[in-house]
Amino acid sequence: MLRKYLDRVKPHFEPGGKLHAFHSVFDGFETFLYTPRSTSASGVHVHDSLDSKRIMIIVVLALLPCLLFGMYNTGYQNFLGAGATEFPFWSLMAYGFLAILPRIVVTYAVGLGIEFIVAQWRKEEIQEGFLVTGILIPLICPIETPLWMLAVATAFSVIFVKEVFGGTGYNIFNVALVTRAFLFFAYPASMSGDKAFISANPICGIGGTVNLGADGISGATPLGQIATHTGGALEIKNIVGDPVSNWDAFIGLIPGSFGETSTLCILIGAALLLAAGIASWRIMVSVFAGGVIAGYIVNIFATATYPASFLSPWQQLIYGGFAFAAVFMATDPVTAARTGAGKYIYGLLVGIIAVIIRVYNNGYPEGAMLAVLLMNAFAPLIDYCVVQVNVNRRLNRVKAKME
Amino acid sequence: MNNTLKLKRGLDLRINGAASGCDVIRSEASGVAVTPDDFPGFVPKLEVREGDNVLVGQPLLHDKNDEDIKLCSPVSGTVSAVVRGDRRKIERVVVSPSPEQTDMILADVAPTDAQGIVALLKHSGLWAFMRQRPYDIVPKGDVIPRDIFVTAFDSAPLAPDMEAYAAGREGEIAAAVGALSKLTSGKVYICTRPDSKINVPAEAVHIAVEGPHPAGNAGVQAANIAPVNKGETIWTLDIITLCHIGQVMSCGSRDFSTVVAVTGPEVESPCLVETVECADIKSVIAGRIKNDGRHHRIISGNVLTGAKVGEDGYLRFPYRQVTVIAEGDDVDEFMGWASMSPSKMSVSRAFPFKWLRKMFSPDARLNGGRRAMIMSGEYDKVLPMDILPEYLIKAVGARDIDRMESLGIYEVAPEDFALCEYVDPSKTEIQKLIREGLDWLRKETE
Repeated sequence: MLRKYLDRVKPHFEPGGKLHAFHSVFDGFETFLYTPRSTSASGVHVHDSLDSKRIMIIVVLALLPCLLFGMYNTGYQNFLGAGATEFPFWSLMAYGFLAILPRIVVTYAVGLGIEFIVAQWRKEEIQEGFLVTGILIPLICPIETPLWMLAVATAFSVIFVKEVFGGTGYNIFNVALVTRAFLFFAYPASMSGDKAFISANPICGIGGTVNLGADGISGATPLGQIATHTGGALEIKNIVGDPVSNWDAFIGLIPGSFGETSTLCILIGAALLLAAGIASWRIMVSVFAGGVIAGYIVNIFATATYPASFLSPWQQLIYGGFAFAAVFMATDPVTAARTGAGKYIYGLLVGIIAVIIRVYNNGYPEGAMLAVLLMNAFAPLIDYCVVQVNVNRRLNRVKAKME
Repeated sequence: MNNTLKLKRGLDLRINGAASGCDVIRSEASGVAVTPDDFPGFVPKLEVREGDNVLVGQPLLHDKNDEDIKLCSPVSGTVSAVVRGDRRKIERVVVSPSPEQTDMILADVAPTDAQGIVALLKHSGLWAFMRQRPYDIVPKGDVIPRDIFVTAFDSAPLAPDMEAYAAGREGEIAAAVGALSKLTSGKVYICTRPDSKINVPAEAVHIAVEGPHPAGNAGVQAANIAPVNKGETIWTLDIITLCHIGQVMSCGSRDFSTVVAVTGPEVESPCLVETVECADIKSVIAGRIKNDGRHHRIISGNVLTGAKVGEDGYLRFPYRQVTVIAEGDDVDEFMGWASMSPSKMSVSRAFPFKWLRKMFSPDARLNGGRRAMIMSGEYDKVLPMDILPEYLIKAVGARDIDRMESLGIYEVAPEDFALCEYVDPSKTEIQKLIREGLDWLRKETE
């Protein structure tokens, strides 16, 4: 049926057809629906079944637990802040769904739109990279980010971080993270503080109004509270002023960027990525190791000047975007180190720098994003050193022969 | 002297249609054709014209750069066609066999000095069956190799057992090793499987190699035993060619018969066919392909490095295997990238039924579109050499001579990258890229 329809409309998209201007879009849909019939022209006659579509879709699947939990948590925070006493599951989910839907639609529309245009312009196939980026962006932004800002930031990073370098596979920096960084530095007021992370108004009649700023009601994230903490014992509170346990933080029922709060769901995603062999375990493990090591050291030298240094190493991992960055951001194969040994170094440094920025920079409560971006810039240098070891081994072999 | 080499990285593809343990069926070739493209670095010049009569072992072509290097006719008969392609490039020389086969005597007395051995090898056509590294070409006549590496097993998918041919030919092997040792300043290495029954003469270094494909590639073995450095040259060949060299050295004539394994998932009943080198494909596979209405891809060689030949094609060097798989351009697979089907062949755990370890019947589809290099570390898992494949491939793509040299271009041949090309989710044509890079580098540095 579908195949017949595609075959019927296909001539319109071929050179000379009236819709030729959209042939990349058509190709994109056709190859999405049906495995292309193209067979190998040179070299090997059989190819592995794995292709970039499947790789990308597995990453999207791994993000689903975070997405679903993000919906639940967004609803939960709203209900909690509005003073509800009952938390019906489906109402929370519906509220979260309605809150995130426009954001996902906007990022996909802007990002895929640009991808389609560029693919058409370059006469290339549409690439799948944005499938993942488009879901990552809403997950790592505060829920209250205005839609127009999301659109501007997405357009900026897709064009200037990816397309100008040649498209998927050629970018130096992680596109989703640059979107987040662009938002943070261009519109800092809307991206942090105690209002950005809570969806405060009812949507389609679901949820209540959260009176942020009223006595005892604060939507600040745990790390935000720590960063602004002065004097006295540090106690992290939730939106209505009750204390937050480590368990709450691990499960993710705390204010934070939409998809980053639940370490549990992130670990489920990590398990899927590792089971499918898509993400590098070397990077993932070493980011966590780096975080624990750095967390341990800053904790030894804890001072009141830097309140985040009072967090235990394990708390460093469950608060903020650390776990999300370790599992989904640092492991982006295009922007991470590519050599085996390089991956350990890269991951370790991401973890260490994330904690250092978080602890020793009070102005910026979360360091994971900047740490990954910084290491994106250094990944080629790390790889260069690792490659140079191989090169030197080869040179030494010749030298040894000469002597 | 017996050493063991254990290679960990690599991959054995599990493909249906192995021809092991079958009886050998005889088949008469109705035509033979020598294809100069099988011999990289060999620039063909004709020695015969259409209509000429030739004997078994009579040269048909020689190398423009070294006129002593010949390619010979495997049968006696009449040169029926010289097929030319673009810019009059010689694609193949076709010979129609005559009913009576007459051998050409190559040498009356066995040569004992290096010069005589080289002359005989070149004249008999066996020289062209060897390869040199760097560049993976037919050896240059004026270079003395540092070492010579002989592989006694083929680890490629569905490859026939070379052991069956070589075991019991101690005399020939010893004669060949004796001759080759005179041509190198170093050693002759013979790499076998640990359970091999081949008696390796004491003159050669015997190394037992364990591990998955590409453990059988002589170049991979060399890279793990004594890698090629800049300025050095090694030769590689297989044990069958070694036996042929022994024959020529001891009795002055050459046996052009070969046993071809007809394999692959689209072969009705896989079998071994005895025929002559360069025989027409039709005579080898006639009636053996499944009549299932699918488009077939007939490959002379294995699925990784073989040449696509039509039903009208001819056996291509190294003349020991034909694989038939489905072409796959006649199927529509709905959202194949999302498939959970256990019949999808993959090394990736992204296909959850990998653990069933079943046999597969893959077709020739790319299973995806060409992309930039996205995943990292995929190639390293299947290339058991001290090479960083991603970086070397990028250097070759950029035509950066210094970088290619420092990353080990002199140690590799396209066939070593065949598995990288197979596993690549970005579907890059790696073997083609490496071949073009090697040819370009040779031109630049000569």
